[in-house]
Amino acid sequence: MSERKFKQVGTRPIRHDGLEKVTGRANFGADYSLPGMLQGAVLRSPHAHAKIVSIDTSPALEVEGVKAVISGRDFPIPTREGDRQQYGDVPDLANNVIARDKVLYHGHAVAAVAATTIEAAQRGAEKIRVEYEVLPPVLDIESAIAPDAAILHDDLVCQGPAPVPSSPTNVARRTLLSGGDIEQGFADSDVVVEREFTTPMVHQGYIEPHATVVETLENGNVTIWCCTQGPFAVRGLTASVTGIELSKIKVIPSEIGGGFGGKTTIYLEPLAVELSRRSGRPVKLVMSREEVFRATGPTSAGRVRVKMGARKDGRLVAAEVVMYYEAGAFPGSPVGAGCMCALSAYCFDHFVIDGYDVVTTKPRVAAYRAPGAPIAAFGVEQVVDEVAERLGLDPIELRLLNAVQENDVAPYGPKYQAIGFRETLEEARKHPNYSATLGPNQGRGVASGFWFNAGLQSSASVHMNEDGTAIVTTGNPDIGGSRAAQAIMVAEELGIGAEQVVPLVGDTESAGYTDLTGGSRTAYATGMAIIEASQDIVRQLRERAAKIWGVELDGVAWEDGRAVPSNGAASDVEPLNLAEIAAQMGATGGPIVAQAAVSPPMAGPGFATHLCDVEVDQETGKVTVLRYTTVQDAGKAVHPSYVEGQMQGGAAQGIGWALNEEYIFDENGVVENPGFLDYRMPVASDLPMIDTVIVEVANPLHPYGVRGVGETPIVPPLACVANAVAAATGKRFTDLPISPPRVLAAIDGD
Amino acid sequence: MARMHVETTINGESAEFLCQPGESLLDALRNELNLTGTKEGCNTGDCGACSVMLDGRLVPSCMVLAPEVEGRSVGTIEGVAQGDELHPLQQKFLEHAALQCGICTPGFIVAAKALLEKNPDPTEEEARYWLAGNLCRCTGYDKIIRAVLDTAAEMNGTNGAATNGAAG
Amino acid sequence: MQSIPYQAPASVSEAVALLGSDAEARVLAGGTDLLVQVRGGVRKPSAWIDVKRIPDLLGVSVEGDSIRIGAATPAAVIFEHPELQRLVPGVAEATDLIGSTQIQGRATLGGNLCNASPAADTTPALIAVGAQCIVAGSGGEREIAVEAFATGPGQTALAQGELLVAVRIPKPAARTADAYLRLIPRTEMDIAVVGAGVALTLGDDGTCTQARVAIGAVAPTALLLEEAAAALVGSRVDDDALARVAAAATAAARPIDDKRGTIAYRRKVVGVLAKRAAAIAANRAQER
Repeated sequence: MSERKFKQVGTRPIRHDGLEKVTGRANFGADYSLPGMLQGAVLRSPHAHAKIVSIDTSPALEVEGVKAVISGRDFPIPTREGDRQQYGDVPDLANNVIARDKVLYHGHAVAAVAATTIEAAQRGAEKIRVEYEVLPPVLDIESAIAPDAAILHDDLVCQGPAPVPSSPTNVARRTLLSGGDIEQGFADSDVVVEREFTTPMVHQGYIEPHATVVETLENGNVTIWCCTQGPFAVRGLTASVTGIELSKIKVIPSEIGGGFGGKTTIYLEPLAVELSRRSGRPVKLVMSREEVFRATGPTSAGRVRVKMGARKDGRLVAAEVVMYYEAGAFPGSPVGAGCMCALSAYCFDHFVIDGYDVVTTKPRVAAYRAPGAPIAAFGVEQVVDEVAERLGLDPIELRLLNAVQENDVAPYGPKYQAIGFRETLEEARKHPNYSATLGPNQGRGVASGFWFNAGLQSSASVHMNEDGTAIVTTGNPDIGGSRAAQAIMVAEELGIGAEQVVPLVGDTESAGYTDLTGGSRTAYATGMAIIEASQDIVRQLRERAAKIWGVELDGVAWEDGRAVPSNGAASDVEPLNLAEIAAQMGATGGPIVAQAAVSPPMAGPGFATHLCDVEVDQETGKVTVLRYTTVQDAGKAVHPSYVEGQMQGGAAQGIGWALNEEYIFDENGVVENPGFLDYRMPVASDLPMIDTVIVEVANPLHPYGVRGVGETPIVPPLACVANAVAAATGKRFTDLPISPPRVLAAIDGD
Repeated sequence: MARMHVETTINGESAEFLCQPGESLLDALRNELNLTGTKEGCNTGDCGACSVMLDGRLVPSCMVLAPEVEGRSVGTIEGVAQGDELHPLQQKFLEHAALQCGICTPGFIVAAKALLEKNPDPTEEEARYWLAGNLCRCTGYDKIIRAVLDTAAEMNGTNGAATNGAAG
Repeated sequence: MQSIPYQAPASVSEAVALLGSDAEARVLAGGTDLLVQVRGGVRKPSAWIDVKRIPDLLGVSVEGDSIRIGAATPAAVIFEHPELQRLVPGVAEATDLIGSTQIQGRATLGGNLCNASPAADTTPALIAVGAQCIVAGSGGEREIAVEAFATGPGQTALAQGELLVAVRIPKPAARTADAYLRLIPRTEMDIAVVGAGVALTLGDDGTCTQARVAIGAVAPTALLLEEAAAALVGSRVDDDALARVAAAATAAARPIDDKRGTIAYRRKVVGVLAKRAAAIAANRAQER
């Protein structure tokens, strides 16, 4: 496999959906409209924590133009029965989509209105009378786990190994991983570093707000257009929440304007379905930016304590990591994934990783790019840095001494196959940015990151056109160039150019079941299905050539997009190219189509090492990023430009998380910065060019050696920036964001 | 409230539409004129996705009321390509993979075109500051800035030759 | 919001008449603050009075001993005016700091003043250069010093029916220059956490003979600092004088804690920016 000479893989064709996107033709979630369509508005909770005593929706119907109004009580009582738990607990999801008995965060949906205009819908929503019994908000981990804490869910029983709190509790789950003898490990260490770290809630920050259009037909069939990372997830979850049979729901994914994990669940779709059912008209629901911030997808705030021991020779010996992650209103923080990733880059003979999933009266967290891993790495990679500092070792040298490699066992169980972590460290050390001269008030940071990557279920179909071009259809919305990669894979197998392949994103009725675009799995798992289907196409093409030539199948080989005689058979015939065979499809057996489905239980993990140089203004505390370098093992880069794009984009999000991004809550649990003005994502002038080095250590689980690349890049930057600021100031920053006031206070010793 | 009748010029062609008096230009473009290439990311002037040209000046269309464009000239992403010819910026965005999800792309291209019309040879810093009002969450801006600077270099190559000839 | 009536008067008198007859009508200039406030439910005007079709409110002109900036002139047009950039670079800098390029294509000087945010970037810069607001009402025009124009957050000295028509900046004297600096967490797109504007005049021997120092975002309105100015006058704008400017600015600041900054941080940094702006202004004055 590693010997394979690729012709298309590794090239950089222009993406197939690019023209539509640079000309404004591409249709995103809010760009769909249907005749007779109503506009919807959602009434949201003004309290962070309250019981809903009563809701009277009838006044809304008196507003001119209002056609339908719904509240949580118009939906079936959600149960845990059924088989669609793969995206999380269905009752929790249903209660998050629209509150039934209790609101659990400011902005929690309580009712929705559809009207002929958006203004009428908003006026209608304002008329709805809701009586609340206000309860105390629970706004941080300390108060959530305190003995006298207000309890969010009376029926919440803590899962996981003892000792865990007995109910009622706000601790939903404990995750514990351990190995060796932790006390012995610290006793054997010459240096022990221990620190506690905190990170605030942050948002994925996709530029496209959630949007959906729903049409219901007289026979009960429902069509949903929406921007999502997973049309099949939307179908399954909407069926669960609305009680509509799954087979009656069709989900058509629009182009998606960013997701980063935040569009793997549902918010608006069941509301629009119910409003459409009641009004008998299509309904459009689009979130405002403020609604996006108040009611969708942040990732957890975290509190992470790391204790790490090492010997004088630089060998890491023991590590204890205790992590509390806020899940927001319902259980399901990514603390489990954080536990899996926390120590997976290094070999520790003795370790304890102890994670707690804690509910608070804040928006329910959703997946965000390598969920849970950056929070853990923010602590662990700073402590690794500090261990190196104490031992007088170069931080890359220390990492190389302890880096996991093939046949090492990860703390969460699996044995690594071929991985490229050491290679990323070596490349980082060689990079000119690692030896660039630093000026006064400047500092350099290093950090590495691990993400396990996902496999899950994928399917793909490939159809030949009569002119020898091909169409590939999958069920994965294209969030960052995956169609181009998919076309490349088909082209590689068929021996044609990528521009001769049309890659399509199917809907739930035209594509086979496919899990989310997420988990860095699309090029990997869906790619496997595409390659398998394409190889089936090649086999069929050889069969057709064999038939034309009157030889057995093994008398035809496939080379460079042509059938050529092999094994001495029919050596007198001219090779048949793809177009020639395709032109004769009808006469040689009919259409040439193929499909394949895969369900790989595992994926090859991704590793990265980042370098960051900063300058700190000693009088204002402002941090400027001067250079940033990402080195990552991609296994095999199918379309290197989009691999680099993932590396650069993940780094930029991580830099934002490190320096300025945070949810700011007031004492009532109201987000004070629900907009792009004060939720400060990096702008173009905040960043330098982000240098990339792609390392390729083939993933043995994939026919081309591909491994997921989307998530790993956001794991190192939080610690990488913090390590650079520490180098520039001599101060450790254990709380994010590393904002100017915090930096200045540390410099001045306040 | 009666809707207002607005006569204006959009992408060089005269246009008219009906709108609510308090409707934004962004909503009018998208909802009354079906020009959905202009995107809404925030509706508070903070993301740049709705960038358009108004009488030759780059503005956020969410911060313009539709009736304000009476008698004025509006340029949108739909007018950037000429016939079947992409603007060099559009071509360079494709070549440099300067888009991932693509939602911010129309705004970036409209804004970058405005930059190059005012400053045909921007430095990296000038390009970054000019485009600081256009948020992109996918790319980290690297490939966008490269695409813009490469477009400038290419356009200057052509223009430069012509200028030299004229000056010579 | 959608149904609020819209009018675009063609003259100052027409606008003043409209404003006089409807206390809830709001002047729409660039709209970059007002539209956000109305959409957020903070304000509910009865009508929009778009003043961007009134010639008197548009454009920059240098006439006699002053620079006149029409109140409805967008920040970008002000910044691009070469003579204004040369004469009052600090004011130009402030207009270049308001929001994004797109926002600068809309946001007007008059809007920045009338929105009366304590953090408005142009205000300290205009106070430093001694700018005056020209206000029209039913009884004619009057002038209000910029430092007296905002009376509190979101509040101005405008009476009902009055319209801000223009800002008049005296042409700087010989060896006089200004500068404006602000601190934001990012490089662009933020509201000033603190801001400082300084204008000063140097004598032939390099001694400062006149100075005005103004700070923003550290009190309910921008402040004109007599003590900071006194620290500069008579000095050669050396480190010692700059340290006294910084101390005076820090002492005068009365900031609040909010999502954009803390009291302690604002107090410290306003001093840093005041001294840095003074140093830049002095360098510029040297070169004149």
